[in-house]
Amino acid sequence: MGILEVQNVNKRFGGLQALDRVNLNVEAGTVHAIIGPNGAGKSTLLNCFVGRLTPDTGSVMFDGKSLLGRKPHEINQHGVSRVFQTPEIFTDLTALENVMIPAFAKRDGAYKLNPFARVAGESEIRDKAEEALKDVQLADKRHQHAGEMSRGDKRRLEMAMCLVQEPKLLLLDEPTAGMARADTNRTIDLLKHIGETRGITKVVIEHDMHVVFSLADKISVLAQGHVIVEDVPENIKGHPKVREAYLGEAQV
Amino acid sequence: MLKLDKKDMRLFIIVALMTILAPFILNPFPEGSGLAQFNAGYPDLMQRFVIFGIFAIGFNILFGLTGYLSFGHAAFLGVGSYAAIWMMKLLTMNVIPAIIASVAIAGVFALVVGFISLRRSGIYFSILTLAFAQMSFAMAYSVLTPITGGETGLQPKVNDPRILDAALAPGATPSAGLFGLEMRDSYELALGNWLFTFNFGYYFAAALMLVAFYTSMRIFRSPFGMMLRGVKSNQQRLNYTGLNSKPYTLAAFVISGMYAGLAGGLLVAMDTQVGPERMFWTASGEVVLMTILGGAGTLIGPVLGAGFIKYMENIISKINESILHQWFYWLPDGLEDLVVGMIYPFIGKGWHLTLGIMFMLVVIFLPGGLVEGGQRIGRWVRGKGRKADATGDKKSTASTPAE
Repeated sequence: MGILEVQNVNKRFGGLQALDRVNLNVEAGTVHAIIGPNGAGKSTLLNCFVGRLTPDTGSVMFDGKSLLGRKPHEINQHGVSRVFQTPEIFTDLTALENVMIPAFAKRDGAYKLNPFARVAGESEIRDKAEEALKDVQLADKRHQHAGEMSRGDKRRLEMAMCLVQEPKLLLLDEPTAGMARADTNRTIDLLKHIGETRGITKVVIEHDMHVVFSLADKISVLAQGHVIVEDVPENIKGHPKVREAYLGEAQV
Repeated sequence: MLKLDKKDMRLFIIVALMTILAPFILNPFPEGSGLAQFNAGYPDLMQRFVIFGIFAIGFNILFGLTGYLSFGHAAFLGVGSYAAIWMMKLLTMNVIPAIIASVAIAGVFALVVGFISLRRSGIYFSILTLAFAQMSFAMAYSVLTPITGGETGLQPKVNDPRILDAALAPGATPSAGLFGLEMRDSYELALGNWLFTFNFGYYFAAALMLVAFYTSMRIFRSPFGMMLRGVKSNQQRLNYTGLNSKPYTLAAFVISGMYAGLAGGLLVAMDTQVGPERMFWTASGEVVLMTILGGAGTLIGPVLGAGFIKYMENIISKINESILHQWFYWLPDGLEDLVVGMIYPFIGKGWHLTLGIMFMLVVIFLPGGLVEGGQRIGRWVRGKGRKADATGDKKSTASTPAE
């Protein structure tokens, strides 16, 4: 049984059928890539997992519980963290503070009104956050304001914010978009590395086939809101349906 | 000590010393000299400095940390004042029950207003809070007259029940006090040409201001405060990080409402009367100005802003045309009239114009408020020192952004 089971999910925006009877089964501990041409519904699908959108019909089960109708913070507290396509970070805060907030959320739950506790006294949270920053090679920039960081650093910072929570499921929306090759390879290494040590299940949306084939255990190909193929990477390469989806039909 | 780090402790000690020594600091000019009118060390104004300081410190907890701009905080000030005056009418002229009631009732009122207003953010939140405050003002003015005294307002009378106090002699005026000491009690100290006034009411309010300031420091440095800054920076990320922002923003709203209630209660303790105009929207706008002028999101900024505006209001507005003529008597006649005519719109009743210009200059050139101005001067001075060492330009990284 998979840790994330998506069954028959439909989502319509006006006249556009964004998701059309989508089925997805993500096995625990694996990396599952979702690929597909622009507008195929990849991000829409991810939004249905984190509570930003609610599907019209269908079910999304995570770890035995339905995610539908739950608020984003509830879903995160169940163990789902997300990296966004454009980094969503606390730009006015330092890198360390950015990572401490999710660490607090993991330890204290959705809210804890403790106006007289002291951040300075929370060495356990601070240590965790610094370790996560070290994992993404940002340890020496921990006192830098997040808003002043380079785009690549922001992405890695967001990754650290998710990793510090030790989620069961990590959703990555184009984690290497706009990155130089060297940065991309570093990110691949990082994702592989955390996969081995912590056994986090990952769902990756990605355009870069180099990333997809380096990481994925399984690939779903989405086109026009529908999953056309779901298979291991070796069988996806050169699959006629995939070619058709990316390059258009042969007759045209 | 006090669970503050070194830097905060230093700031707190400076603020404490300034408030304790305020009667000296604010009265630098000898009595009877031409500059004596710039002295601010008289009880009424000093009380206003600290009371509006409390109001602005509380407002800053909401606006400075979460970024939610409330445009109706005067409503909580007013509710606090009415609660305090009723305690003085019903229970005792001792200020303790009045202060407790003003904080508690303003807190409950803030809970209701905040619960509804925080369903929206941005400009819609501001409009909702403004609507609530104007509704409160209108109701205090009209339908709630039995409770609020309507247009004339309320003040303690000789024949009020006051069940905890002994009956007053007919014709006596009830005055607020604390276990036998009266708020208006003052001790005057004459040193040469200088006259310093030490007022009990001021020191009572100043003590509460220091408590309020310390509390806000602790909130700024707590995980709770960090989450509030997270709300301001990126509320969406906060939600996707597993945090429910609503309890945080509501708690910040209620805390700042309680600060406003405390300020309202203290206003009544110092001057035992209240009218609905205390809740008018201009009063809400004033605290916004104080906070931004001083530096929103900084610890000391709101206090500076409150002091600055109250000083302008009370000192600049007192300067009149004849005083200007005294200043410029040494100029040739025509030129004197010209200079006086040019300055005249900015003084007296025109102090709002001066304030407006100051506000524009600060917002345009010092977006971080007076605090940023101070920091720039500090950096400039330190930069000069460093250049002398020729140690090279080491990039300074701010480790405590919310100082």
